[in-house]
Amino acid sequence: MSRPAVSRAAGFWPLALFFAAFVLFMYGPMLVIVVLSFQGPEGGLTFPLRGVSLHWFDKLAQGLGVVDIGAALKRSFGLGLAVMVCTVVFSVLAGLAFRKKLAGGQALFLVVVASLIMPSIIVSLGIGLEFRLLDSGIKAALEALGQQDLLENYGTALGLFTSAMGAHLTWTLPFGLLIMFAVFNRFNPAYEEAAADLGATPWQGFAHVVLPLIAPALVGIGMFGFTLSWDEIARTSQAIGDVNTLPLELQGLTTTVTTPSIYALGTVTMVVSFVVMGLAVALSSLLGRRQRKARGP
Amino acid sequence: MNVSRAALPLAKPASGRSLSAWWQAAPLSGVFALFFLVPLALIVMVSFWDFNEYELLPGFTFKNYISIFEGCGSTGGTGDLCVTFKTYLSTFKFSFLVWLITLVTGFAVSYFLAFHVRSSGVQTLLFVLCTIPFWTSNVIRMISWVPLLGRNGLVNQALVGSGLVQTPIEWLLFSDFSVVLAFVHLYTMFMIVPIFNAMMRIDRSLIEAASDSGASAWQTLWNVIVPLSRTGIVIGSIFVITIVMGDFVTIGVMGGQQIASIGKIIQVQTSYLQFPLAAANAVILLSIVLMIIWALTRMVDIRKEL
Repeated sequence: MSRPAVSRAAGFWPLALFFAAFVLFMYGPMLVIVVLSFQGPEGGLTFPLRGVSLHWFDKLAQGLGVVDIGAALKRSFGLGLAVMVCTVVFSVLAGLAFRKKLAGGQALFLVVVASLIMPSIIVSLGIGLEFRLLDSGIKAALEALGQQDLLENYGTALGLFTSAMGAHLTWTLPFGLLIMFAVFNRFNPAYEEAAADLGATPWQGFAHVVLPLIAPALVGIGMFGFTLSWDEIARTSQAIGDVNTLPLELQGLTTTVTTPSIYALGTVTMVVSFVVMGLAVALSSLLGRRQRKARGP
Repeated sequence: MNVSRAALPLAKPASGRSLSAWWQAAPLSGVFALFFLVPLALIVMVSFWDFNEYELLPGFTFKNYISIFEGCGSTGGTGDLCVTFKTYLSTFKFSFLVWLITLVTGFAVSYFLAFHVRSSGVQTLLFVLCTIPFWTSNVIRMISWVPLLGRNGLVNQALVGSGLVQTPIEWLLFSDFSVVLAFVHLYTMFMIVPIFNAMMRIDRSLIEAASDSGASAWQTLWNVIVPLSRTGIVIGSIFVITIVMGDFVTIGVMGGQQIASIGKIIQVQTSYLQFPLAAANAVILLSIVLMIIWALTRMVDIRKEL
């Protein structure tokens, strides 16, 4: 390099400015609604800020119209946790499977990628349709068997932990599997082989060698699973029964609620997302540090 | 350590490993079979069914497809397009605009991160900064534009206050403009990640070679970096275009529920339980999206051969 190291390449400053503008574009609006959610009781949906208060959070806690926010929050949280666990477990298992000879592995990979880029409304419609056809099938079967009591009590197979969870998994699992691929591409099999040479069973090799090494990545997959489920709308919309998740309620509220309460709700869901992200980063760096310590200097 | 057990893993037959691989892949395969492949097959099947107000009637009819394109054969003398064509045209328009803007923005951001930020720590930090919004709620990020773009929003307050306009601008919110803005806001990340990833794999000595051979910064960018980032560009384009083509949430919220889209038609028909119609629309949408993806992936191959 003939140029001194301090000088920047041509185009650095315009691009840096563009980048800064982009970051502002990404975070500016979010910051605005966080600020506005602390609007005073007299304040409206826009600036100016008329005092600072928790008034709209209080209103939110009392419920918005007919919507029970607390119940929706609990439902979304439970679903997010379930999706998170399934995403981590299924992705790790499939990641291990793809390291071996897996007949049909290429086709399975194509299906997973197709699910990732499939327009969500199509997936959602398909799952909704599937469960409604299942309902008619079950009802017909119950009628044929003469089970009148059961038939009258039967509602629908659509639900939070059936169709909605399946819809979420078609969105979170592709990310999980792709992360597993990235992890195992960089994974040094020498550790496992050493364990096997020392007499570890495949299970011991996995539990004591592979799992601790990939643990930080698993935390990342878990974070994907939870946060993507927590905010998911498009795939859930047609694939859920009588109850709604929090983002679906929120989407409905955008047209009916005209007070800063909706910003308060936005702030609450954002805080949950950021807490989960923070926990994930802290946990994965903790695991990484422990790993380095165990490996020695 | 029991040394005598060391040979055991080797004694296992190879077929056992392949079988265990199948068991490990089974949960994931099961999810995609149950919640992706079967639903898709059902959509195709039901798109040929008939229906009345109460139930779906199994059968085989082209009625749904015909009714979607009703009146599309001729312009009816008035020069007006039928609803379906109009909706697709509008959806294409959004897809193209959003694709163009996210591509340019995503490329510029990735280029800055990959080639201008020298410290890898800062690079990672800035990259993560770009991706964090992806993990927050889309609806929140949409409504966060309301206090900015509304009739009494910050933008209008500033414009009127500075005397640039006399009355507040109405088309900032619940318009084509706000829809495109929200799409760009939400989905530029899908361009940045694959393009950045492709750029980080470019061998830095190629760029040095280009500049040593007398290429200008623009020539290097256009003849070296763009072609070598094309995989990322194509992947990002596929993401953005398929998302916008099937969208109904963003267009609904940011268009004030006034702008049509194919996704919205499907959603409305589903809510009226007109599943065969919705399914026929989904099949058409899916074929168009597949054609776009096919064209995009071919573009990669053609350029590879040139």
